[in-house]
Amino acid sequence: MNDNKTIIDGRDLVKVYQMGEIEVRALDGVSIQVQEGEFIAIMGPSGSGKSTLMNLLGCLMIPTSGKYVLDGEDVSDLDKFELAQIRNQKLGFIFQNYNLLARTPALQNVILPMFYNRISHLTDQEQKEKAVSMLEAVGLADRVSHEPQELSGGEQQRVSIARALVNDPVLVLADEPTGNLDSKSGAEIMDLLVDLNNRGVTIVMVTHDPEIASYTDRTIHLLDGKLAWEVKNGKELD
Amino acid sequence: MKPLKVIKIAWLALMKNKIRSLLTMLGIIIGVAAVIIMIAISAGTEKSIQEAITGLGSNLIYVQASMGAARMGLGQGQSSSGGGLVYDDAFAIADQINGVAGVVVEQISSENVKVGDISLESITIMGTTADFPSVRDMGIASGRYFSQYEIDRTTPVAVLGSSLAEELFGESDPYGQTIIVGDNVRLTVVGVFEEKGMVGDVDYDSRLYTPITIVLEKLTNNMFARFMGNRVRLIYVEVDESVGEDGDRTLDDVIYQIELLLAKRHEVTLEEPDFMITTQQDIITTQESTTAAFRSLLAWVAGVSLIVGGIGIMNIMLVSVTERTREIGIRQSVGATPNDIRWQFLIEALLLSLIGGVIGVGAGIAGSWIFSQASGMRTVIVASSVLLAFGSAATVGIFFGFYPANKAAQLDPIEALRYE
Repeated sequence: MNDNKTIIDGRDLVKVYQMGEIEVRALDGVSIQVQEGEFIAIMGPSGSGKSTLMNLLGCLMIPTSGKYVLDGEDVSDLDKFELAQIRNQKLGFIFQNYNLLARTPALQNVILPMFYNRISHLTDQEQKEKAVSMLEAVGLADRVSHEPQELSGGEQQRVSIARALVNDPVLVLADEPTGNLDSKSGAEIMDLLVDLNNRGVTIVMVTHDPEIASYTDRTIHLLDGKLAWEVKNGKELD
Repeated sequence: MKPLKVIKIAWLALMKNKIRSLLTMLGIIIGVAAVIIMIAISAGTEKSIQEAITGLGSNLIYVQASMGAARMGLGQGQSSSGGGLVYDDAFAIADQINGVAGVVVEQISSENVKVGDISLESITIMGTTADFPSVRDMGIASGRYFSQYEIDRTTPVAVLGSSLAEELFGESDPYGQTIIVGDNVRLTVVGVFEEKGMVGDVDYDSRLYTPITIVLEKLTNNMFARFMGNRVRLIYVEVDESVGEDGDRTLDDVIYQIELLLAKRHEVTLEEPDFMITTQQDIITTQESTTAAFRSLLAWVAGVSLIVGGIGIMNIMLVSVTERTREIGIRQSVGATPNDIRWQFLIEALLLSLIGGVIGVGAGIAGSWIFSQASGMRTVIVASSVLLAFGSAATVGIFFGFYPANKAAQLDPIEALRYE
């Protein structure tokens, strides 16, 4: 696995929130490396900093200190515009509550990231074809023109997976992807993610459910903003 | 992002909330329609007034008694030549001034008029002179007008306005019939005027016309008459059409000659005259400045309603930004930059006001038409008012869309995604 490219290289990541007079160190010196093709889980009780880490890795914010290199590019000090570009071209998000645009057909939801893509120059027709093929790949060929409220939770999550993949990201970030699903749909979604991973997609997932975490190669446990321990292929590392 | 794409996004967002979009546009629609209707009404009024004034004849000079001087003359108990205008002044002007085509003196009285069993109250009796039909451009429908000879001899004759003739005599021929005016003045009808219609706010068709001497000597209150003598309020002078064309004499020359003549007759100086001379052009100018003031007042009112409409847009856009915080977060998470978001909301506001503007222009034109049909007032759609209204709507949209758009652009993606 060491031959693989390093996708995430985070060093001593610190995030401090100022809540009035109190400083909250949500993330207190976390270093994390993820290689291309890995599927890892981040676990920890609430308040452990896993959401903060997720937001940092997802370029939704920048660290207070520390260095974050994503796919060979230092993104620890970018402005809002540059961060948006990185999110658009390198990242895909899967949220617990799907976060699809309401009253908007599945197809338009999947096209959305391409709308904001400044690099690739696909025509409207090509965008549409690509979005349709993405929806086919997640098993929603017959749901293309359905709006979110007409879809089941599992189906909505599939739409969001299609949306996450449509700009060919180097990294997919999943935040409790099965949190709102019954166990059967949850298992289907996990199977889909494992399948994607087997086809080479790098995935970082936040979860609090050990069973869900067991789908992954490696689990990182956070506690009080610090890395507590790591489990790789069932074996605990220091 | 290509501009077309942003417009498409904005359009789709608006179409998702048709009712709200329409309500948001309402302020702009009303504002734009108000601008167009109000300007159409004032332009229509202005046009009517201008036509009314020029309908009186274009080369008219009005010689008026100046009230202050006239009263002073009365107080001193001077003879009729001492203050104000007198009937004879009109003849002096007609005889002695070059370039005068006709002179008309009018003296109005309001009397009851009786023919057989028909009795009409408060009919305007217009005592006037021989040139009246030509100066006022009135045609005789039947019979004849009265002559200077009859005026000089105070002959009791009358010419009727067309609607008055119909009221008094219906279908039968009024010629030679006797009308009793006031207490006991009997006038013989010698003619009926053609229909003239309203000129300004004066209905010439409902009047009775008689020699001015009849009004001065028989219809004016005795006490009043003793003080007033044969004073008149107003002399109309029709200037010959050649004046101002051949270059020898201008309208100003004619006016100056009249001033000199009257000053001499009244024994006053030109610095302190007891009369006032106004031309048709003066009146048109006055009317124009009045309607211009009226119009700019309306424009202000309409402008305020446009601003109110703009604030409406801003309100709804602010609510919309809050309501759509999650949507903004989603867009940010898939790579929308602050500018992408800003443009989306700005263009939504702009589209709202432009579409509102188009609907408003339609409503304004339709409203002007309905108004003129319903009220009988004339309206004229002014092209520049349409542009003005539309342009202000767009400006208002951009101006009031800017703040909400900025607010949307500055949302933090994490907060926005977490928003319930």
